[in-house]
Amino acid sequence: MTKHNFGRLFFTLPYYLWLLLFVIAPLVLIFYQSFLGLDGHLTVQNYLTYARSATYLKMTLNSVWYAFLITAITLMIAYPLAYLIAQLKRRDFWLALMILPTWINLLLKTYAFIGILSQSGPLNALTKALGLGSHQLLFTDAAFVIVAAYIELPFMVLPIYNAIVGIRPSLINASLDLGASRVQTFWRVIFPLTKGGVEAGIQAVFIPALSLFMITRLIGGNRVITLGTAIEEHFLTTQNWGLGSTIGVVLVVAMLIVMLLTDGANAVKKGGKRG
Amino acid sequence: MKKMIAATLALVAVIGGLIAWNHQLTAKQSAASSATKTLVIYNWGDYIDPSLITKFEKQTGYQVDYETFDSNEAMLTKLEQGGTRYDLVIPSEYTVQRLKKAGLLRRLDLSKIPNRKNLDSRLLNQAYDPGNRYSLPYFWGTLGIVYNDQLVKQPIKHWNQLWDKRYRNQVMLLDSARDMLAVALITQGQSVNSQKTSVLKRAEKKLQKLSPNVKAVVADEMKLYLEQGEAAIGVAYSGDAAEMMAANSHLHYVVPSEGSNIWYDSFVIPKAAKNVKAAYAFINFMLEPKNAAQNARYVGYATPNRVAKRYLSKKVTSNRAFYPNAKTMRHLQVYQDLPKRVNQTYNDLFLKFKMFVN
Repeated sequence: MTKHNFGRLFFTLPYYLWLLLFVIAPLVLIFYQSFLGLDGHLTVQNYLTYARSATYLKMTLNSVWYAFLITAITLMIAYPLAYLIAQLKRRDFWLALMILPTWINLLLKTYAFIGILSQSGPLNALTKALGLGSHQLLFTDAAFVIVAAYIELPFMVLPIYNAIVGIRPSLINASLDLGASRVQTFWRVIFPLTKGGVEAGIQAVFIPALSLFMITRLIGGNRVITLGTAIEEHFLTTQNWGLGSTIGVVLVVAMLIVMLLTDGANAVKKGGKRG
Repeated sequence: MKKMIAATLALVAVIGGLIAWNHQLTAKQSAASSATKTLVIYNWGDYIDPSLITKFEKQTGYQVDYETFDSNEAMLTKLEQGGTRYDLVIPSEYTVQRLKKAGLLRRLDLSKIPNRKNLDSRLLNQAYDPGNRYSLPYFWGTLGIVYNDQLVKQPIKHWNQLWDKRYRNQVMLLDSARDMLAVALITQGQSVNSQKTSVLKRAEKKLQKLSPNVKAVVADEMKLYLEQGEAAIGVAYSGDAAEMMAANSHLHYVVPSEGSNIWYDSFVIPKAAKNVKAAYAFINFMLEPKNAAQNARYVGYATPNRVAKRYLSKKVTSNRAFYPNAKTMRHLQVYQDLPKRVNQTYNDLFLKFKMFVN
């Protein structure tokens, strides 16, 4: 073995070990567990239970639907926002402001929303002052989707922002010089060039949104039930790790589908790393 | 690049400093105690008056190591995995049953706990531990209804009132399969330990009828919501109710006379305990009436210590909500450890109900 080869092995070994221990092994374990019944024997019963239960199927549809809503809303807010920040003079400062909330613990942010949305909270105080009366905001689907979208927003803004900043200004100038209108330039030049960022953003938001669970209870009051709720219950309350793992496998498959649909290779290159 | 290296080095220095500091602090502590002088207690979070631990340490010279858990299941998993040296644990009754079955408990030598005579005999010798061979009660409590007298027209007294059309979207439920199905089972005159699927399914149907009234299915946050008047009615545990009532004087707690769940958290000594002598000393110390009363004032749950009640204010001990009368007491039921499969049915049905609430 040459010295060069040894160095390479030395530096890549931890990386392979990491992959093996923390990526592949857990996946294999979940897959294996999903075939274990309550009595610890190998069985496909868990999958049958899942497929035959109207409750779980409806829950799956729910999860996908809410994850879609959350992703659509974050995208609608994040794209113009990222575009705007990219045009600003002190864009680093504004970007830092966007990222700042991710430094705060997720639960704390959620609890803050309980205060904002409650009957005695500032939002209801405002509507009352305007003569619109008080409204039930907590425990509504809308509240759940808004809070989840708020929490996921930075993960959508970042990849899109990076993509927009990465466009060479000369391309836009050329488009404008050659007679394209601003709208045409956006749709024909800017948007296609930022597609990678959008795809990375969708992955970074849709996938975690599929398995949200704390917010469903705290903000949704368990009126919104997703697969994440079911997994939590199977692992903590009923200790039916088999069925919990089965639902986990379903989620993994759903995520793979999303990755394929959003063109994995492209998105990975542009990087949608979560902070 | 230089800046980044400097920042990294600064971070490493801070972390190193903290480690050294921590090391120094723990070194001081362990110097004061050898293994035979330490008592390791494993209890629920915020479930003891800390000044009592200090008092015990001063009186006996033992050093108490206090660790906490937040659910019976989490505690159970830890004890089952082994490798722990807890000398004293405080699980709920159905977990006592399960630990006993798993052979993880040491039989209590009651002669080493003379203060057990202070305990209320009505709360001893329960089905989960006949003859108290493995456990002695630490606190007990009930499941009941908390309501806000500004938001309901008439006082709530019975479970069936939760189904009243007037309380549309006003009722908060606990996110706990066992407790919520118990409520439905009681209104149907069934045992809270029912195992028959048909009976449980009927209970779930009854819960579904409650869904127009359900505002949310929550956990600890309920305290916050009811205190702020976010909902009129909530199904809650007695200790949580006491906390809420202390924060909002318009809240009241009721244990329906037709029946409810009564639960016990008990002292047990695991087989793996290292300092059994200290564990006995601690149980005895905590059963001393004055100490039990002080602890009850701090924790807010009902004390099983008959003599200690003398040291508590009349206002507390005469409160039917926390120390129910004999008639209600007769209708209270203890949860039994259910087979895994039945447990699964409870949770599946409850999950179905939660899907229906939307």
